[in-house]
Amino acid sequence: MQVSPSVGLVTAQTARFDEPIVLKSGGELPGFDLVYETYGTLNNDKSNAVLVCHALSGNHHIAGYYTPQDKKPGWWDNLIGPGKPIDTERFFVIGVNNLGGCHGSTGPKSLNPRTGKPYGAAFPMVTVEDWVVTQAKLADQLGIERFAAVVGGSLGGMQVLQWSITYPERLRHALVIAAAPRLTAQNIAFNDVARQAILSDPDFHGGDYYRHGVVPTRGLRLARMLGHITYLSDDAMGAKFGRMLRSGAYAFGYDVEFEIESYLRYQGDKFAASFDANTYLLMTKALDYFDPAHHYQCTLSEALKPALANFLVISFTTDWRFAPERSREIIKALVDNNRSVSYAEITSSHGHDAFLMVDDYYHGVVRTYMNHLAF
Amino acid sequence: MPPSAAAPLSVTEAGVRPDFSRIAEAVSPQARVLDLGCGDGTLLDYLKQTRDIHGYGVEISDDNIAKCISRSVNVIQMNLEEGLSVFESDSFDFVILSQTLQTIRKSERVIHEMLRVGRQGIVTFPNFGYWRHRWQLLIGRMPVSETLPYQWYNTPNVHLCTIKDFESFCGSQDIHILDRIIMTHDRTITALPNILGSLAVYRFEALA
Repeated sequence: MQVSPSVGLVTAQTARFDEPIVLKSGGELPGFDLVYETYGTLNNDKSNAVLVCHALSGNHHIAGYYTPQDKKPGWWDNLIGPGKPIDTERFFVIGVNNLGGCHGSTGPKSLNPRTGKPYGAAFPMVTVEDWVVTQAKLADQLGIERFAAVVGGSLGGMQVLQWSITYPERLRHALVIAAAPRLTAQNIAFNDVARQAILSDPDFHGGDYYRHGVVPTRGLRLARMLGHITYLSDDAMGAKFGRMLRSGAYAFGYDVEFEIESYLRYQGDKFAASFDANTYLLMTKALDYFDPAHHYQCTLSEALKPALANFLVISFTTDWRFAPERSREIIKALVDNNRSVSYAEITSSHGHDAFLMVDDYYHGVVRTYMNHLAF
Repeated sequence: MPPSAAAPLSVTEAGVRPDFSRIAEAVSPQARVLDLGCGDGTLLDYLKQTRDIHGYGVEISDDNIAKCISRSVNVIQMNLEEGLSVFESDSFDFVILSQTLQTIRKSERVIHEMLRVGRQGIVTFPNFGYWRHRWQLLIGRMPVSETLPYQWYNTPNVHLCTIKDFESFCGSQDIHILDRIIMTHDRTITALPNILGSLAVYRFEALA
């Protein structure tokens, strides 16, 4: 496989918005910050900008490294960079941490200017619509009238769909990857179990754990472990871990014995140490609430009627959390509206996580699409 | 996964497969077109250029999806044998099955799906009754020709038929044939079509 260079060292920037904002939930913020990164160069007519929307646990750091010592680059570095499928030699790529996030944008752990203390439980509920509106404000600040493309996977893909509905004129192309037009009951159920894990952690303190100097680590860890199971396929988990034991023999106890337990606990610990529990709660609710058809009291086809962008929709065969059938619902709605759309169903064993992995066909499709799009 | 459908027919001097220009003649300008088994998107691209159509292709092979995208042809990756549920009834002017019918297992179902989602169907297929095919069978070999360019062991074709077979199928399925063109190479055949013709192009609709 050809290894392309990364965008190299990057620095995050912060955009400040001083106007108060009323959110879809009715909640208000007196103003807010969005932290973002950019890669590549904005061309003279500002037509080569690509916005990348992040998923549940993502953030604005999508490519490159902060320091030469960083072990890992941004979360979509395999897709975005010089010579990569989303080529930063051609496009000006923007990653932004969504409102309510915990990586620098205003969120539950930010200080509430009215109280001088972290928002905690007082932080209003945010929705996909709110994210799109605030991302558009960032675009305004950067002087970007219209994106060449808006790209996102999973919850990020939902934001792309919303972009095409809220601001049809502001994106020429929409790349909706491993997404769904709304969550299924099963998906909401998983999210609720994850939330219950956090909400029932004694260290949660109704969301105001910051002032108690504790973090609901156990709840967040459990939530992430559960989530992680659903992002992998049975086959991928079986192939990677099977019934492998760490010590080679049963210990007849509750400590880590099977490799899969070790893996999940490691993933849970890592995540719980770096992510904010309130943000996790908000993000899962934003996922649950997203349903453009419900919002407009109509079918998905009617909801997508305003969309003008050309679409590329991608799903992965073993993704059971955002299954190919869900992407086909999006396709149907777009075809009903006569929109230009192509759809690739990637054969992969990696489940939902496949959208973050390198796959020649998947990346080839994105590369070809990006190479041929007009801006 | 079944191999890709489109047989490598020769192209005319203009670089267009001979059945493509006949299909283009049958398609009205600015029509809404669905091409089932669209291969690398050549036909849709050609129809876009010559007829200004708005079209979608359905294709199963990974290689062809990328080729369609590189032509900016709308392509939807799915197995058309599983039905066309992503398409609304009567949502297309023409549904095309070009050199694909013979590779399909559920032929009846696919033809009916064509006429559910489209007003008219256009089908092209190699005529198994072509004299060269008949001759090869007579001397004891499986037919191999320009329109059947495969050996018995590597052919994607599973449901070959003759012109007579297809027309009797249409009769039995309440399908009204609007017109047909029978060809050999790029010539139109009028006399003894089921013997002298190697490729058939049919346009049809459901009987009201």
